[in-house]
Amino acid sequence: MGFWITQSLNSLALGGLLFILSAGFSLIFGLMRIANLSHGAYFMLGAYVGLTLLQRGVNFWLAALAAGAAIAILGGLVERIVLRQLAGRTLSQVLATLGIAFIIADACLWIWSGDPIPLTGPASLRGAVPVLGTHFPLYRLGVIGIAAVIALALWLLVEKTRIGAMIRAGVDDLDMARAVGIPVKALFTAVFCLGSALAGLGGVIAGPILSVYPGLDADMLPLALVVVILGGVGSLGGAVLGSIVIGFIYTFGNALLPDLAYVILFLPMVIVLVARPRGLFGRIAT
Amino acid sequence: MIKRLISRALPGVLASLALALSIPAKAQNEPIRVGFLTVKSGALAAGGRQMEEGLALFLKEHKNTIAGRKVELFTADTAGQPAVTKTKAQELVERDKVQVIIGPLAAFEALAIDDYIRQAKVPIISPSAAAEDLTQRKVNPWFVRAVGTSAQPMHPLGEYAAKTLGYKRVVTIGDDFAFGHEGVAGFQRAFEDNGGKVVQKLWSPLNVADYGTYISQIDTKADAVLIAFAGANGPRFLKQYREYGVKLPVIASMTSVDEGVLKNMGDEALGVISSGWYTAGIDSAVNKNFVHAVNQEYKADPGYYTVGAYGAALMLEEALKKVNGKIEDKDAFMKALRSAAVTNDPRGVVRLDEYGNPIMNVYIRKVERSRDGKLVNAVVKTYGGVSQFWNYEPKQFLANPVYSRDYPPAKNLE
Repeated sequence: MGFWITQSLNSLALGGLLFILSAGFSLIFGLMRIANLSHGAYFMLGAYVGLTLLQRGVNFWLAALAAGAAIAILGGLVERIVLRQLAGRTLSQVLATLGIAFIIADACLWIWSGDPIPLTGPASLRGAVPVLGTHFPLYRLGVIGIAAVIALALWLLVEKTRIGAMIRAGVDDLDMARAVGIPVKALFTAVFCLGSALAGLGGVIAGPILSVYPGLDADMLPLALVVVILGGVGSLGGAVLGSIVIGFIYTFGNALLPDLAYVILFLPMVIVLVARPRGLFGRIAT
Repeated sequence: MIKRLISRALPGVLASLALALSIPAKAQNEPIRVGFLTVKSGALAAGGRQMEEGLALFLKEHKNTIAGRKVELFTADTAGQPAVTKTKAQELVERDKVQVIIGPLAAFEALAIDDYIRQAKVPIISPSAAAEDLTQRKVNPWFVRAVGTSAQPMHPLGEYAAKTLGYKRVVTIGDDFAFGHEGVAGFQRAFEDNGGKVVQKLWSPLNVADYGTYISQIDTKADAVLIAFAGANGPRFLKQYREYGVKLPVIASMTSVDEGVLKNMGDEALGVISSGWYTAGIDSAVNKNFVHAVNQEYKADPGYYTVGAYGAALMLEEALKKVNGKIEDKDAFMKALRSAAVTNDPRGVVRLDEYGNPIMNVYIRKVERSRDGKLVNAVVKTYGGVSQFWNYEPKQFLANPVYSRDYPPAKNLE
């Protein structure tokens, strides 16, 4: 019994991290129609920025927000300076984001050296708590809570605000949105900033669990891809569901059938791609 | 006619004669061309940087001169990718004409260039790659190792865990690749031969996102957990291990709590007992000088990779001295290299066995906080002159399959 409870909580915590990582990826993918392959690099860079702030004695939550803001600015610049020049050429844009991912990864190596560095979580969430006869780290419960709050905030933004309506319109039909006077260019920048901010924030939140090391970007990007393809691009509900499903599959796959962990992880993605190309919740085909 | 022929040919003959006579004299003045395969980019870059530091320190201390000859160093970045390693090795040999190679970092890189090294007949000294068979069942005449095999320090750890620590039942968890498999296998064999039982074996993928899954599975009624991780995974695992509040003591492979990662770790590493052929805490004059020099130059303690590259350079020096710097006489040089016995290595005496692998001390270490608050691997016991075969008979050892995920078979799983 303890096994199932602990592993379920593990799944939810991992799902929470995956949601913070992939929500932005999904929104960018849905609106701009490009798989932003630098998303993993933003996640890692955010973690490194947060780490530097923590080492200077900044409060954990403040460091997470500041890292999110820093990556948002970077994302905005990339969108304005690079991606906009390549507007309409999706393949070029995707390749550009891949190039940026490599540049960021090398810059991180140069600035922070290649040493793996554990990131210390907030003092208030340290240690383990008893959960139904077993122990579970408090911080992971915290992550589940944080992910829920972010999901709620994003839902309110997308469903209840004017800018959210514009995003939804853009995801559904970009040309029509443009025709009815939605400032698509500004919207692109805003969404790219938002997505980047979530990646940067996610990097810091994930730090105490994953640590920061070169290669973190490449480890996380495929997971974001799987989540978004499973859940459907541009769909917040899809990102939530996809994250939880992948969190469970990854955790229980590793625990029960460790030899097949990756098969179990990617097989559902392949099946969904074949059987339902829009993903479980998607509005557009990938 | 004949006269004309002679007068035409003579200058050429004389010139080539002069050239032939001048070669030995000239070669002695020419620098020795040393190739260095390291990793400057990607996930293994931290280890690569530490190797570079070890080698750079050696060359600085020796004023860039070994056995009276200048050294010209050609450094190549393999990015930790086997295919690139092969290309770079070829470049070093064919374009830069290197006479000896120090490198590469990872075992899979060493395996990728094994055929090429045999074919090109270039002496190569491994400063890090620990795959068992490179010096066991697939001995390459041009390959020697400055470091040990994956399992070399794990055999003594198995004995120590059973005899001194008195553990009866141990859970193992390691990286799911050859280095992890071989290390755990060596521990299991020696531990079980001394009466212990490995009751649970867990393997996590190298790039696993989350260790929570594995930590929750650990049988908390066991006596201890053995970890065999490399790179970032040791610190990542230990941090989570403590978060889950698991109370079992941890024993570890050399790289899991290597000085290279220990410097960024916290209390989670305290008390971990590990085993390796080096620790910055070795109490000898040679090592103290070495540690002091590394501290001065790089503001960090030397670990696995630093001492590996430094030791490889010492081995090169030893062999070159024996042949009076004449690296051009390849066979004599290789013979000297294969029988190297280095006495001024920070690790203690390091001499090669007939398979090209060091026989050297293995230290049982414990992570403690030094007076200035730094985490260090303090020596708690020294096993002298440990070979890659431990106290098993080499012929019988080699008749068995190479250590792997499934060999030796785990008969005591619960």
